[in-house]
Amino acid sequence: MAKITLDNLAHSYLPKTTSEDDFALKELNHVWADGEAYALLGSSGCGKSTLLNIISGLLHPSQGRILFDDVDVTQASTADRNIAQVFQFPVVYDTMTVRNNLAFPLKNRGASPAYIAQRVQQIAAMIGMEAELDHRARGLTADAKQKISLGRGMVREDVNALLFDEPLTVIDPHMKWELRTQLKSLHHEFGHTMIYVTHDQTEALTFADKVVVMYDGRVVQIGTPEELFNKPQHTFVGYFIGSPGMNVLSASVAGSSAAVQGGTVPLGQSFAELEGKVEIGIRPEFVTLTEGEGLPVTIRRVEDVGRHKIIRADLFGAEINIVAGEDTSISPDMNRVVFAPDRVNVYVNDWLKEGKGVL
Amino acid sequence: MNKTVNQKAWFLILPVLVLVAFSAVIPIMTVVNYSVQDTFGNNQFFWAGLEWFETMLHSERMWDALGRQLMFSAIILMIQIPLGVFVALNMPKSGFWSSFCLVMMSLPLLIPWNVVGTIWQIFGRVDIGLLGYTLDAMGIEYNYTQSVFAAWVTIIVMDVWHWTSLVALLAFAGLKSIPDAYYQAAKIDQASRWAVFRYIELPKMMGVLMIAILLRFMDSFMIYTEPFVVTGGGPGNSTTLLSIDLVKMALGQFDLGPAAAFSLMYYLVILLISWVFYTVMVNMDKKDGK
Repeated sequence: MAKITLDNLAHSYLPKTTSEDDFALKELNHVWADGEAYALLGSSGCGKSTLLNIISGLLHPSQGRILFDDVDVTQASTADRNIAQVFQFPVVYDTMTVRNNLAFPLKNRGASPAYIAQRVQQIAAMIGMEAELDHRARGLTADAKQKISLGRGMVREDVNALLFDEPLTVIDPHMKWELRTQLKSLHHEFGHTMIYVTHDQTEALTFADKVVVMYDGRVVQIGTPEELFNKPQHTFVGYFIGSPGMNVLSASVAGSSAAVQGGTVPLGQSFAELEGKVEIGIRPEFVTLTEGEGLPVTIRRVEDVGRHKIIRADLFGAEINIVAGEDTSISPDMNRVVFAPDRVNVYVNDWLKEGKGVL
Repeated sequence: MNKTVNQKAWFLILPVLVLVAFSAVIPIMTVVNYSVQDTFGNNQFFWAGLEWFETMLHSERMWDALGRQLMFSAIILMIQIPLGVFVALNMPKSGFWSSFCLVMMSLPLLIPWNVVGTIWQIFGRVDIGLLGYTLDAMGIEYNYTQSVFAAWVTIIVMDVWHWTSLVALLAFAGLKSIPDAYYQAAKIDQASRWAVFRYIELPKMMGVLMIAILLRFMDSFMIYTEPFVVTGGGPGNSTTLLSIDLVKMALGQFDLGPAAAFSLMYYLVILLISWVFYTVMVNMDKKDGK
């Protein structure tokens, strides 16, 4: 177990780099605290897997350093780093039995047979494959194969970190939930540093203590699920986290109010003059439909998802989502919206701008 | 559902019947016909029953040729399969050099058999051939027209040169189909190079390797032109492989009856061995299962 420090890290798959756009992973400084569970969240192709492979040593970064505790391991091999990693698609050794598959990493590191036997039994119980231990891995279902991959990742106790690269993609939903719970309890029990890559926000928010959101090769925000929800640092975080995501409207901001296409939105903070692309972000949960006051909207449709209603509407040509309570009745007269002032975030060039509090 | 009965539909399979008849059934039946008859010329034939088969089964000459043939096939399989796999493992995996290697290796495959034979026939000559002359100059005794060992070495090296790249190409295709994640997982598991080969590469290549073995076995078992051009079956009978012997018997001595019986037995042996290969391959697939 170790604290992992990324120092000025960046990576490009191109041999020559001319601009920042050439980097699959843009410059990054971050410390992964020892024993914490992180989720690395982002859409496909945002550099999540690149970052993971750099940490595990499968890829060497084009610049910067990686330190485990305080030892520089930038050039160290995967084996020396003593890391476990589970991949998106199941990797099993076809010709071996399930038992030998699980034992393989331990055998390669010269563990004693007694220890291997005991440890394999333990892991088999954890992934629920005790009955299949003597089956050949060839011919098992994708589910079962991925469980073996997970088991192989967890079989070593002394690893510096456990990395998961979207490991539950091929697993069916019920098993997904169960395995995620297993991983979490494993984390509680052994306190490994865990990094879990996913593009599924539910998975990220339920698994991790801290969620790292990546966008276009850059880490845009690191925070607890609560922070990501309330104070998205970047419009992408607002849009990506939450269901539906945050509403982002272009606006002009002066003092403690914003103007959206002529309508006025009161803000919870006050701002000096802002330059660049100015937008306001408001979560659908904090938008209320009213009859008389606020900005005019045209309701497109209402989706009843059971525990609440999602209203898709049109605000000066821009789409806006509103979440209303299940028992709120929606009448044709309700054609205006108001925003909760202290829940409105202001973004300049996509990044959150903090203003001064108004009392 | 209502099915119409129309016997004229049989005519639809007529083209296939005709094709198969001309390509396989009729030629084989002529051979069968020869194998059960004897002739003293003048196109007069007498019924001989299974006599020729009995003769051939007791013929030392045929057993010797079969022995040489099996030895030849076994040796070239034992060299070409591991060598082909070794080459495939060490080839550049992508980029310009990968394509370059593939093209260079394919070249021998494109050369006609008799040309390959001629190339090696000249290449190995002590008076004008590069190989023969060089070996001779180095003081190594090498003369494929006189030494049995030299003749065997020559035809084996020639076959290895001609066909190893086929095995390498097939093995390379098998290797290319392995996803990167397997290699990455192996690194994470700290697998040795040997373990990567044994547990990842070899199992994934098994399918194409079986095809390579089958192809190389059949081809080598029926080989005729190349060794015939180089050694003519000599010195003595030492490189007279089955098909060379067969041609000698059928066309050289015009012993149609024994040659026909010989052909049929030759055919059955190939069929039998191919069937064994096929069964093994199908069983391997079954084990793969879903």
